[in-house]
Amino acid sequence: MTRYVVRRVALALVVVAGVVILTFVIADVVPGDPAATWAGPHASAAQVARARQYLGLNEPLPVRIARYFGGILTGDWGISVHTHSPVLSDIGTAAPATLELVIAALLIATAAGIPLGLAAARWPGSILDHAIRIGSVLGVSMPVFWFALILQLVFADRLRLLPVAGQYDPNLMFSHPLLTRTQMPVVDSLISGNWPMLGSTLSHLILPALVVATYPAGVIARMTRAQVLDTLGETHVQMVRSLGFPERTVVGTFAMKLAWNPVAAVLALVFAYSLVNTFLVESVFDWPGLGSYAAASVTTLDTPAIVGVTLFIALVYVTCNLVVDLVQAALDPRIRLK
Amino acid sequence: MMILPVKVPRVSTLRQAARANQLMTAGALIVLLIAVVAVFAPLLVPYPADAGSATHPEIALQAPSAAHLFGTDQVGRDVFSRVLYGARVSPLVALFVLLIACAVGVPLGVAAGYFGGVPDDIIMRVTDVFLAFPPLLLSLAFVAVLPPSLTSLTIAIAITWWPWYARLIRGQAASVAGRPYVEACRALGIPRWRILLRHVLPNSVTPLIVQVSLDAGGVILTTSALSFLGLGAQDPVPEWGLMVAEGENYFTTQWWLVTYPGLAILLTALAFNLLGDGLRDMLDPRRLPAL
Repeated sequence: MTRYVVRRVALALVVVAGVVILTFVIADVVPGDPAATWAGPHASAAQVARARQYLGLNEPLPVRIARYFGGILTGDWGISVHTHSPVLSDIGTAAPATLELVIAALLIATAAGIPLGLAAARWPGSILDHAIRIGSVLGVSMPVFWFALILQLVFADRLRLLPVAGQYDPNLMFSHPLLTRTQMPVVDSLISGNWPMLGSTLSHLILPALVVATYPAGVIARMTRAQVLDTLGETHVQMVRSLGFPERTVVGTFAMKLAWNPVAAVLALVFAYSLVNTFLVESVFDWPGLGSYAAASVTTLDTPAIVGVTLFIALVYVTCNLVVDLVQAALDPRIRLK
Repeated sequence: MMILPVKVPRVSTLRQAARANQLMTAGALIVLLIAVVAVFAPLLVPYPADAGSATHPEIALQAPSAAHLFGTDQVGRDVFSRVLYGARVSPLVALFVLLIACAVGVPLGVAAGYFGGVPDDIIMRVTDVFLAFPPLLLSLAFVAVLPPSLTSLTIAIAITWWPWYARLIRGQAASVAGRPYVEACRALGIPRWRILLRHVLPNSVTPLIVQVSLDAGGVILTTSALSFLGLGAQDPVPEWGLMVAEGENYFTTQWWLVTYPGLAILLTALAFNLLGDGLRDMLDPRRLPAL
């Protein structure tokens, strides 16, 4: 196991180094002339030359890469053009809101996806199975930004069942002020026992979380169905069945037990996908997270911020992959001995 | 005595396959329909000029009617015409993205799988780095620093998509390379490039075909998502994601501006996913559903 861990961590570090180099290419090499962009559209040649000097673009490529690496390692991720503050602290401010949204979405996706996948696996070929299959294909084919707008129109604007946007009702701040500890309003109102605020934050969370949940719910349902159907053919599951356990227990307990591992792995991977999907959802719902930050960075051509968010999510993704592999290896010796 | 006509059962594998997988057939038919709409858009559309820079401010933001089936947009263009013309934008971008991704990924994958050793290690570590980004994220970062256009968008998505194919083909090629018939070729002294081209590659492409048809939906979603963020198509190009973004401001009162282009994206992505799903079940039944 130790050998496997060392090898896997070493590989992850190589990938991280590559990720940093790739973001350097995006920040420094792809844009035609970063100095001209920095100096603005009406800058004179002398101003561009000064910007080039200031940005260190006259130095050879290896020096620039080394400086970029050093900055990343020491927490200097550049200054955002549109907020004028350090990119890393911007990310730190925005990340909790996104984390709350994605966790809520994955809870919904798991609560819906696993039972649906199990039902589909228990009655394969049935109308229910077909309906679940169509539903899950719909989930992965859904343009999330459009789905966000449609749900907002129907449930907030027309039916007035749920709030349109934001994280909580600002009027409540006068009667029941929210103490910010974790920057996650639901968690903050829960730990401070602020019940009216908790109701408000939860009702604001429902629509965006549902939208972000559509993709993972489809993936989890399909994965669960496929995995459980696979294990149902195995001899030990057949034996449990022949011992007279009800079909419900055979599928839900014994077959699902083996399916948990791959399903959990998929869950960790869709986590990163969902982080990116918030880019398309948060701006619709005025959710002050990484997605809104990234969308604002894109419209203001804020390269340091775009590259910073990209790097941050890639690092989260690499870490998720690493954790999944290590946990799976710990649970299943076949993986680490391969 | 009457002679009854004897019905000879026609063996039609295509028809059998269609009956066995109705969802795939539905997907294939919709894909075909989208292709027909894309090709014949100028003939099918009531106001072809509205797909371009024509504006009619006097009839802006009209609700759907017989004259304008999907209503009109903020500058009076016919939304129905623009949605149909949209079949020429994102699906075409997807086609180019997939062609470029295959053109780059397949040779690298075959080389890595067949030769193994150092080239394999280098190519696979490079793909590892690219696959460390969720696809939408990396395309977004690339297209954000390029001048916004459909060409930049195509290049940015293709850059993020090729490693998947390199990976896929590498696995196939590596397993084919060890088969006895390839060894026999080598023993016969057949040149390496000919072995690769005539024996390794054709025997590795089946999963690629499945993956490409599954990915078409994802690429169309990515294209429209980036255009929605303002990073791809620019007005007046009738791109579905861009149309959704342009309609967002008028949405609560003029629902048709967002609803129809979005439905077009959903229908197109759905069709390709159903088709790809069915193809996978047919050609590659052992593989589990991919992400």
